[in-house]
Amino acid sequence: MATKPQKTDPVEDPARVAEFEARIARGETIEPKDWMPERYRRQLIRMMSQHAHSEVVGMLPEGNWITRAPTLRRKMSLLAKVQDEAGHGLYIYCGTETLGIDRQELIDQLLDGRAKYSSIFNYPTLTWADIGTIGWFVDGAAIVNQTMLAHASYGPYARAMVRICKEENFHKRQGYEIMATLAAGTPAQRAMAQDAVNRWWWPSLMMFGPSDKDSPNSEELTRWGIKRKSNDELRQRYVNLTVAQAKAIDLVLPDPDLRYDEKTENWDFGAIDWDEFWRVVKGDGPCNRERLAARRAAHAEGEWVRAAATAYASRQADEAAA
Amino acid sequence: MANDTTTTQGSFDSQWPLWEVFLQPPKGEAHEHAGSVHATTAEQALQNARDVYSRRGEAVSIWVVPSAAITASTPEDMGPFFDPGNDKPYRHPQFYKVPRGVRV
Repeated sequence: MATKPQKTDPVEDPARVAEFEARIARGETIEPKDWMPERYRRQLIRMMSQHAHSEVVGMLPEGNWITRAPTLRRKMSLLAKVQDEAGHGLYIYCGTETLGIDRQELIDQLLDGRAKYSSIFNYPTLTWADIGTIGWFVDGAAIVNQTMLAHASYGPYARAMVRICKEENFHKRQGYEIMATLAAGTPAQRAMAQDAVNRWWWPSLMMFGPSDKDSPNSEELTRWGIKRKSNDELRQRYVNLTVAQAKAIDLVLPDPDLRYDEKTENWDFGAIDWDEFWRVVKGDGPCNRERLAARRAAHAEGEWVRAAATAYASRQADEAAA
Repeated sequence: MANDTTTTQGSFDSQWPLWEVFLQPPKGEAHEHAGSVHATTAEQALQNARDVYSRRGEAVSIWVVPSAAITASTPEDMGPFFDPGNDKPYRHPQFYKVPRGVRV
């Protein structure tokens, strides 16, 4: 995940860097044509494209359940949610392109395995309750992260986040409604809901990335106003918000160490299994290969659509010329 | 992560032209820039813009413009280009003094 300073990083003019950092300190927004250090540009391309890829790959575990949604109402919601995820991917690809890289290049990076995406999507969706849990936990965690990113120093990224945040609450609420319904259902439905919570809780905590002390990119991203809060702060906020929501529908978060600290007003939680985190990031999660294979197949199978659109456009152009 | 490059890199994977998208909200405001889409034709750009940027009734009208057709000021222009507008406080109502107690 970490991008070390590379040999190819140009030596920047210290005066320009100082002026750039002063702009960020004053809370100004950096726009595409503004001067920016090459590292800032690169870190943004890395971070934004990973974010866009996550939206796109995130459609797969949910798409798995569209044909099996239990009612028409649930099916319409899930279809709309998955379509939103495609839109979110496009908002962020569009923002990333303003940094001088083509979307096609970014998609190639995803399809050939060079680019990363959020590891949470490398876990399988085994039951219908997983769809509820993804909306509640995964979109809930994403909202915490994206609310912060809506204040990022890079204008196109911040604006894409504002657009996304407006839509994300629907995702979370439809998920929570699924869970509340199952939790109030038959013993089998309750058990299914609790099982999904047990499997998704820890991976959702890992979505915020490594602990601050092990997050080599954080310092730079914070200094440049791309991140306004640390991974650990965001994770804590997510836990604090989620505990009460679980309690309200009588589901148990699978952490015996979870307890409220009166002094800090935080919910303390147990140790995260970082070995699992790194294993999944490095490609050995339950579904890494399946996800990439599905993306590649979708891209290959869409070839005829791209060919048809291109042929139609050139015929239109010919007819206009004639 | 798997590293076999089995992706079909067909001849149609070249980048389609980029279009900037402007939406007019329902309440009579001016069109505002929303983002961009790739499309082969203006008609397809409009349809893509609708699907990407207006899934919840955000727009009553959409403009799409080839990105290459836009001429924009540059950040280097900032000072001199906008200067004529920045040093004329007398264009603002606060510049003018009116007798105390009168609402003008």
